[in-house]
Amino acid sequence: MPVGLKPILELQEITKAFGGVEALRSVDFALSPGEIHGLVGENGAGKSTLMKIIAGVHADFSGRFILDGRETRFRSVRDAHAAGIAMVHQELSVAPDLSVAENVFLGNQPTNRFGFVQWRRMAREAGEQLKRFGIDVDPMSRLGDLPIGLQQLIEIARVLFSGARIIILDEPTSALSPPEVERLFATLKRLRDEGTSIVFISHFIEDILRVSDVVTVFRNGRKVAETRAADTNKPALIEAMIGHGREALEETYTHDIMLPPPAERPVVLNASGLSLARSLRDVSFDVRAGEVLGIYGFMGCGQLELARILFGKLKPDQGSLAIAGEQKAFRSTAGARRAGIAFVPESRRDMLFHQEPVYKNISISVLDRISSLLLKPSREREIAARQVDQLRIRPAAVELDLGMLSGGNQQKVALAKWLSYPPRLLVLCEPTRGMDVGAKDDVIHIVRDLRAKGLAVIVLSTEPETVLSLADRIIVLKRGAVVREFSNERISKDRLLEAA
Amino acid sequence: MTSGESVTVPASDRKRPHRLAVMLRSQMRNIAPFLTLICLFGFFAAASPSFATLDNLGNILTQISVTGIIAVGLTFVILCAEIDLSIAAIANVTGIAVAYFTLQESYVNIANVPMPGWAAILLALALCALLGLVNAFGLTVIGIPSFIMTLAMMQIAAGISALLVRGQIAYKVPPLVSTLGSTSIGGVPWIVIVAALMLLGGHLVLTYTRFGRYVYMVGGNREAAEYSGLNVKLILGSVMVISAVCAGIGGMLGVAHFGSAQQNEFDTYLLDSIAAVVVGGTSLFGGRGGIGNTIVGLFVLGVLNNGLDHVNIDSFLKILIRGLILLAALVINVYAQRLRERTAD
Repeated sequence: MPVGLKPILELQEITKAFGGVEALRSVDFALSPGEIHGLVGENGAGKSTLMKIIAGVHADFSGRFILDGRETRFRSVRDAHAAGIAMVHQELSVAPDLSVAENVFLGNQPTNRFGFVQWRRMAREAGEQLKRFGIDVDPMSRLGDLPIGLQQLIEIARVLFSGARIIILDEPTSALSPPEVERLFATLKRLRDEGTSIVFISHFIEDILRVSDVVTVFRNGRKVAETRAADTNKPALIEAMIGHGREALEETYTHDIMLPPPAERPVVLNASGLSLARSLRDVSFDVRAGEVLGIYGFMGCGQLELARILFGKLKPDQGSLAIAGEQKAFRSTAGARRAGIAFVPESRRDMLFHQEPVYKNISISVLDRISSLLLKPSREREIAARQVDQLRIRPAAVELDLGMLSGGNQQKVALAKWLSYPPRLLVLCEPTRGMDVGAKDDVIHIVRDLRAKGLAVIVLSTEPETVLSLADRIIVLKRGAVVREFSNERISKDRLLEAA
Repeated sequence: MTSGESVTVPASDRKRPHRLAVMLRSQMRNIAPFLTLICLFGFFAAASPSFATLDNLGNILTQISVTGIIAVGLTFVILCAEIDLSIAAIANVTGIAVAYFTLQESYVNIANVPMPGWAAILLALALCALLGLVNAFGLTVIGIPSFIMTLAMMQIAAGISALLVRGQIAYKVPPLVSTLGSTSIGGVPWIVIVAALMLLGGHLVLTYTRFGRYVYMVGGNREAAEYSGLNVKLILGSVMVISAVCAGIGGMLGVAHFGSAQQNEFDTYLLDSIAAVVVGGTSLFGGRGGIGNTIVGLFVLGVLNNGLDHVNIDSFLKILIRGLILLAALVINVYAQRLRERTAD
């Protein structure tokens, strides 16, 4: 941090809770004029929450918020905009049906004194700005027709050139190609030299180290380190993020884990050369019976798309799937289910019927096995009751509406629906996300039982702990491609993070 | 996360104080239409001595029969959170088709193609099934929203009707159709029996078959149905065909009931059928409701239409009142959904 400069923005003892869970605990944060401030931390460490407080998204928090030396408080994103603060969120938020120029000037198109939009001026200025950013597109073309990475760049450009003096970028590089990342960094540095303050959040620690002046590390809702980027390195940052030996739960995961040698069992699924638009590039792997394959990568690395290809929800542009040696091209999820594949998506909302009783949620995937034309409700209840008992779903009442269950128990129901007639391959996305320790433990045991029964399991997660605690073999996805496979070797969280 | 807590606290202890309230709230969508029906019935019975008679009950039943037959299929569609705006037009074209394939009197100036009665009925049924398949194809394969797809089909079916009758009126239909549509057995009109049987059939399919369960699940959460490995497109396509065939049967019997087949004969049945399903409490968002609700909705509309005649209200005001009642039902529908979601989440 340049010494002697008064911070443009200062946060003191910020605490923020969501429904009783503290996302931020008494965090101090200062941003100087003309600095790029990198933020790192695991998922849920509190980075995004803090940034959303700065950008006016979260208005109720405790602590002091000091802008330009004066205590203030934003009640909305509009207030933050008016104060010159702009944020690029993790999810793309553009208007695909509007032109590039309209997107660049979204919400503040140049108008003449009668209030009409000055199209020619808008197109010209948008074109000039984008060119400065190294993007050469026709400003009047439809944004949705451009590749996703370019759309993301244009969204970033909109914020960068909005005239804001504090700019927050949350994972801006996840969908960008290496040359695009270079251009972004060059622009960030130029803006910094012009006096803009920038906060840069990323999982890519190399990126953080390259572009930032100062790096702050978050862990479990607290700020655990703040250093000049020049004075630190990747292993030190990873150690600060994970916190070696500080907390009992984390300790269990930071110990090395020995991955077993590959099993000599039949291959259940072979994926070869899967590619999908800009999400996946030439992804190939095998899963064997009685094996848990972990697929790890950061948000946006292509996991979600990969999982959906495996379950027939998305069609790959290239590549093929073979189940037990037989080529398959699924035309629907029903086809994948018939081939013996089970799928649990990352969001429970997408998976379950909240207004239906537990037993109907469990029996839905096996109805065609237990009844041809007429339903057999007593058989359904019997099957459901057995699963509820085995998976220790609480309360153990199959008639209860699913929505009455807690999140962890809902997640178990999402698993239970596939287990009454075990599939050949189980694809689990983020199986323990948002669960408390007890429920996580239950899920880990369930998956291990299934593996022991000879199922092939694929676990996809952005949480290293989840993959480490479940998988026999781990592949790492980065920007849509397989970059590393861990098998029959020692592995730790540090090494996994390093590979991604 | 509270999974730890819910292990130690039995649900019955936590829920007991609210149980009645919760039940009432979650049953709101079934209770409200029934209360509406009782209120309307009570009002008209008090307002007019000729309303609450056995004869008039028969009238009401006959009046709601055609709507009832059409509404059976529409209930399936709305349970899937889709809509079918082509039902009245398909009813009309099917009724016209069955007359077109029947020998008409010489003074009827239609270039019709006379056939045996059974062939005429089969052809008419094939026609409505085909139009339903086109709806299904547009919705599931091409991906046109059902609202737009069936709006187009409404025009297409009306166009076929127009080409077949060319502004004329046909009167003759096959004997089976005219028996079911316009005669009685033991004092009970056949059309009431057909409507009752079709409603019963629809109820049995929705409640006791695997297909019926799938309809509810697809309507309740389409994404989850897909991630459970259901063939969502097949189910959506099927309900569009079911809807068209029910509309076709309603159209054939309707033509016999009215005694004539002509253009635009069924126009009011579109709104009536949708109103019956929705007023009955079937959720426009899908997954909630059923034939039982549709039956209550049919009676609400039937009592309202019939009762307004008995109390001698200005016929122009009648239209306004029907509109207001429909609006009230929609408000309850949306509100009940919200209450339900609040209790569930």
